[in-house]
Amino acid sequence: MTDSKYFTTTKKGEIFELKAELNSDKKEKKKEAVKKVIASMTVGKDVSALFPDVVNCMQTDNLELKKLVYLYLMNYAKSQPDMAIMAVNTFVKDCEDPNPLIRALAVRTMGCIRVDKITEYLCEPLRKCLKDEDPYVRKTAAVCVAKLHDINAQLVEDQGFLDTLKDLISDSNPMVVANAVAALSEIAESHPSSNLLDLNPQSINKLLTALNECTEWGQIFILDCLANYTPKDDREAQSICERVTPRLSHANSAVVLSAVKVLMKFMEMLSKDLDYYGTLLKKLAPPLVTLLSAEPELQYVALRNINLIVQKRPEILKHEMKVFFVKYNDPIYVKLEKLDIMIRLASQANIAQVLAELKEYATEVDVDFVRKAVRAIGRCAIKVEQSAERCVSTLLDLIQTKVNYVVQEAIVVIKDIFRKYPNKYESVIATLCENLDSLDEPEARAAMIWIVGEYAERIDNADELLESFLEGFHDESTQVQLQLLTAIVKLFLKKPTETQELVQQVLSLATQDSDNPDLRDRGYIYWRLLSTDPVAAKEVVLAEKPLISEETDLIEPTLLDELICYIGTLASVYHKPPSAFVEGGRGVVHKTLPPRTASNESTESPETAPAGAPPGEQPDVIPAQGDLLGDLLNLDLGPPVSGPPLATSSVQMGAVDLLGGGLDSLIGGTNFVAPPTAAVPANLGAPIGSGLSDLFDLTSGVGTLSGSYVAPKAVWLPAMKAKGLEISGTFTRQVGSISMDLQLTNKALQVMTDFAIQFNRNSFGLAPAAPLQVHAPLSPNQTVEISLPLSTVGSVMKMEPLNNLQVAVKNNIDVFYFSTLYPLHILFVEDGKMDRQMFLATWKDIPNENEAQFQIRDCPLNAEAVSSKLQSSNIFTVARRNVEGQDMLYQSLKLTNGIWVLAELRIQPGNPSCTLSLKCRAPEVSQHVYQAYETILKN
Amino acid sequence: MIGGLFIYNHKGEVLISRVYRDDIGRNAVDAFRVNVIHARQQVRSPVTNIARTSFFHVKRSNIWLAAVTKQNVNAAMVFEFLYKMCDVMAAYFGKISEENIKNNFVLIYERLDEILDFGYPQNSETGALKTFITQQGIKSQHQTKEEQSQITSQVTGQIGWRREGIKYRRNELFLDVLESVNLLMSPQGQVLSAHVSGRVVMKSYLSGMPECKFGMNDKIVIEKQGKGTADETSKSGKQSIAIDDCTFHQCVRLSKFDSERSISFIPPDGEFELMRYRTTKDIILPFRVIPLVREVGRTKLEVKVVIKSNFKPSLLAQKIEVRIPTPLNTSGVQVICMKGKAKYKASENAIVWKIKRMAGMKESQISAEIELLPTNDKKKWARPPISMNFEVPFAPSGLKVRYLKVFEPKLNYSDHDVIKWVRYIGRSGIYETRC
Repeated sequence: MTDSKYFTTTKKGEIFELKAELNSDKKEKKKEAVKKVIASMTVGKDVSALFPDVVNCMQTDNLELKKLVYLYLMNYAKSQPDMAIMAVNTFVKDCEDPNPLIRALAVRTMGCIRVDKITEYLCEPLRKCLKDEDPYVRKTAAVCVAKLHDINAQLVEDQGFLDTLKDLISDSNPMVVANAVAALSEIAESHPSSNLLDLNPQSINKLLTALNECTEWGQIFILDCLANYTPKDDREAQSICERVTPRLSHANSAVVLSAVKVLMKFMEMLSKDLDYYGTLLKKLAPPLVTLLSAEPELQYVALRNINLIVQKRPEILKHEMKVFFVKYNDPIYVKLEKLDIMIRLASQANIAQVLAELKEYATEVDVDFVRKAVRAIGRCAIKVEQSAERCVSTLLDLIQTKVNYVVQEAIVVIKDIFRKYPNKYESVIATLCENLDSLDEPEARAAMIWIVGEYAERIDNADELLESFLEGFHDESTQVQLQLLTAIVKLFLKKPTETQELVQQVLSLATQDSDNPDLRDRGYIYWRLLSTDPVAAKEVVLAEKPLISEETDLIEPTLLDELICYIGTLASVYHKPPSAFVEGGRGVVHKTLPPRTASNESTESPETAPAGAPPGEQPDVIPAQGDLLGDLLNLDLGPPVSGPPLATSSVQMGAVDLLGGGLDSLIGGTNFVAPPTAAVPANLGAPIGSGLSDLFDLTSGVGTLSGSYVAPKAVWLPAMKAKGLEISGTFTRQVGSISMDLQLTNKALQVMTDFAIQFNRNSFGLAPAAPLQVHAPLSPNQTVEISLPLSTVGSVMKMEPLNNLQVAVKNNIDVFYFSTLYPLHILFVEDGKMDRQMFLATWKDIPNENEAQFQIRDCPLNAEAVSSKLQSSNIFTVARRNVEGQDMLYQSLKLTNGIWVLAELRIQPGNPSCTLSLKCRAPEVSQHVYQAYETILKN
Repeated sequence: MIGGLFIYNHKGEVLISRVYRDDIGRNAVDAFRVNVIHARQQVRSPVTNIARTSFFHVKRSNIWLAAVTKQNVNAAMVFEFLYKMCDVMAAYFGKISEENIKNNFVLIYERLDEILDFGYPQNSETGALKTFITQQGIKSQHQTKEEQSQITSQVTGQIGWRREGIKYRRNELFLDVLESVNLLMSPQGQVLSAHVSGRVVMKSYLSGMPECKFGMNDKIVIEKQGKGTADETSKSGKQSIAIDDCTFHQCVRLSKFDSERSISFIPPDGEFELMRYRTTKDIILPFRVIPLVREVGRTKLEVKVVIKSNFKPSLLAQKIEVRIPTPLNTSGVQVICMKGKAKYKASENAIVWKIKRMAGMKESQISAEIELLPTNDKKKWARPPISMNFEVPFAPSGLKVRYLKVFEPKLNYSDHDVIKWVRYIGRSGIYETRC
């Protein structure tokens, strides 16, 4: 039988001829004609004009012919919806056929015809087929529900197909179960909120049982579905892992990868001390290595995934370096990926082998691969210090080969090595300079110029070298021009006598002849610096540069965690979240790794668990103060203030309104620092209100100081409670020293003297660094302002809340006690900037359950403004990235007692609220750090 | 899930196009042709994203198979599916070529209808598929009701790979242990990496639904048994091997392997691949290649290569071939070899040295003088490694089949009645020595 002849009919009038043949009485001729039609359809010819004639052939008992007609229908029904109705009867009839294959074929095809009118007729047959006695029909019907949902979701819900589909998960036939799971998973994806795939320990158990029995494809559907489940505790996670591990020996790589996904995800929940954890780690390595003996396309998918796994859990493959060695015949995409993984796995233990390999690769043919290999040598030097010397000499050998692109790439990486190990390998500069002429790529030229500028004092003819570049200044790319400008300025600062002319030349080129604003600006800045203050210029231009970090292309931790949830899928191949390449709402649900939950802990849903202190403790904030303040607070404050701090501030705001209009603007900012005590006098009535207003007037100037944000003063101790002494105050931090700014007012009728102050032990060891000095006696109605320096070396006791400070003030009348809450940002020290590498490592190192997430609302600032605002309060931005239009700021801060807090701030342009994720080894501070953030950002 | 499947010839003409999802239009067919098949620069990844549509492709001879999707599909699954699809096609009509595809396009469409539903792969076992899709079109017209339900239960059932009621007069099975040994050696003779990837292929002609149990000299199993009868293992002196990892055909009960490390299964009828495995320890490297390359001035190279066979003298290696790469600017080559035939093949830039047979513990040598054209090309010759091909009648990993027991409780034949054949073949995989 040779069907190929159907492809060759290209005559004119073909359609007409086909029409005649389709209407022929002879069965054979009809069949031939339909085949021709399908062949034309395949090559892209429009044969829709034959619709009625083809549909006429549908009424046949020849299954082959029927299938071909169905194929045609699926293709053209949409363009001829009215005609398609003609086919409905046959479909409905076929759904009742005694032959299960025909029943299944009918329901399968009907689902593919995307015509509204047909879908109406589909419902009844589909309902029957879902309960068909034959499993083959049921498994086909299960998928059909997903098809119908894609066309008309409402119809599927109204007809109750979803419930029937859910029932099929308990079907006796494993393939029916698998298809039902696949269909449900897909439907659930378009309804992220619905609890469609109601996964619970019972249904999970059913799935795990079906897993052992169904086809390889069914196993993939089930494993992918399992990966979306979050076990309730570590015990359940372990038991699922135990039942999934046998899949690692399956011959189908997709089954293996999906199993790896489930294991990687659930492993998050297991304690690292568990024996099972170690066993699992060991079990994961061999199957991953085996994936590398699959066909090259699958190897590529596997390698992209291994790249993620190695970043998440380097321990799994740390001894498997050799399997990633590149084979001569590997396709280029496999080679490049292997190289990437080799660098990630490189360590002191295996560096010798790795270097020997890389050197081999650098002599290969493929330009991209060779470049990457050369770059990899440089990265090894930076990553493994012990190997730096060997790397440099390898690079020198490569430069000697004089292969143009090798030389250029080598020079680019040597520049990086110089940055990492300054003043160590300058001996090679001479060799580099020899190759100056062969450099034609901007990056390499820029790197070389940088080297010459940086080490100008050791290169005798530096001026000549740079001058040679200067000749074609305007033909260079911006990168090179900028570098050249800087290098010549450096040279001038190092050897001012000989190079004056050169520097003038470059400055005039940059400022007068160039129309690139960056270049011009830089030129002007140098020019002015040099002409006004050469010493300052030296300090700026020749400043010591920060060391570069080891690994440059690590995937950012939250993205990495998300990608781990997508192992095996396209997202893991692209290393991008699905939202980056999938249109519409489908599959864009943000996935995260589960938090670790021990079985003995109470189970909380993941959303509420990391949100800092459990909500139940919040109301304690005020009663705790009340203890000290005596009964007054409890009696007069009326209804106890409860709820999170935001609610507290709204109570305050309400109270402030009582004080009269003029004050609103002043107090607007005090929503955090001012403790609720401010509300007390307000509630008590008008007489004190006027006094208060004076007080607020006085403080109005305070908030604008540079340095950390300073809240306006608030009343800490009302006169009522302290026999006429009123104390208000605030905390400040300036240039490393903390102080408590107090304002004492004598509202009594007698003179006050002999002031002294003492703090109770507190969480961060705050203590007065000097005695409270009130120089003159305080006469009635007099106010005095004092700044009391504080130290953090006092005795420490954990307070509740953490930032509670209990204070005793004595004067000649009595001893008074009050307590106040200090804003945490006064404890943020100036050297709280972590380097990037350290940040990444620490972020990874801190377990996920220590992460807390908060929303900062109504903060319409952009990333720069946020960053600079926070910086002035010693919250330092370590790195900044833009992910899909959102700005991600990675920040670090350090408390006086050495606790580091790492933060990730997600800012969406146009959205006034931003998301703050905090990670800290002492999670209890997170809540207060968040409040500090809020205070700083909103003022 | 998979949105559509296209098959193209080398010119980029569509031979088969089947769309499963509404989000894939006809323009996807052209997008792939323009951006991948006709791309000016060879595409450097088997996955391509064009305008938010992802294309997965594999190539078989000069035929392109492409799967298309707009969703975040399981990428590993798509490739596994494409390979399966190739297997299925090969099982029906042999080599995948433009002519064969055109000749069988109706069959292929039927197949695609059956093995992929709405983009979800369904049963793809050729054994099962052949029961109801045949080259003569679908059989179903003349089937009885029982036959039909038997087909459907087999296609969807737990043992989808075997049908009931198979009968043979002579129960027979063949086991082939096929290994490919891979080596990368430094010029100094240091093993940079070496591994064996092996396959156990079984051909079974057994009646009924036989339950099989397969045993080999797996270190873990031997050691487990050894605890009970320590002297027995030492007496037999059998060497056991450490298997790094193995994967099994879907008929093998994986949970049983995981818990007891026993390999039990009901085999498909006919030929199938029972397991694949990989070993890296104590590999017998059948040949050692010792290269010596000397540059004599700028226009001459002297090459000497010695090969040594390293196995029992009673065994014979076959089909030995050594490829010695030569520089691109080679103008002439003189070769002298002690054994076999050697030829310089200019089109392949290599000297190919062939030896029909060679016994163990022998050595042979080739020397060549290569004349070079003077070039001013700065780029140095990359010196590709010397590669070797061969076939030896033993398993370089040391794997031994210990038993394959057959139980069929319903029929009256026992393990002893089954005729069993075992064969070991070791072949070279990528067997390279750098020079």
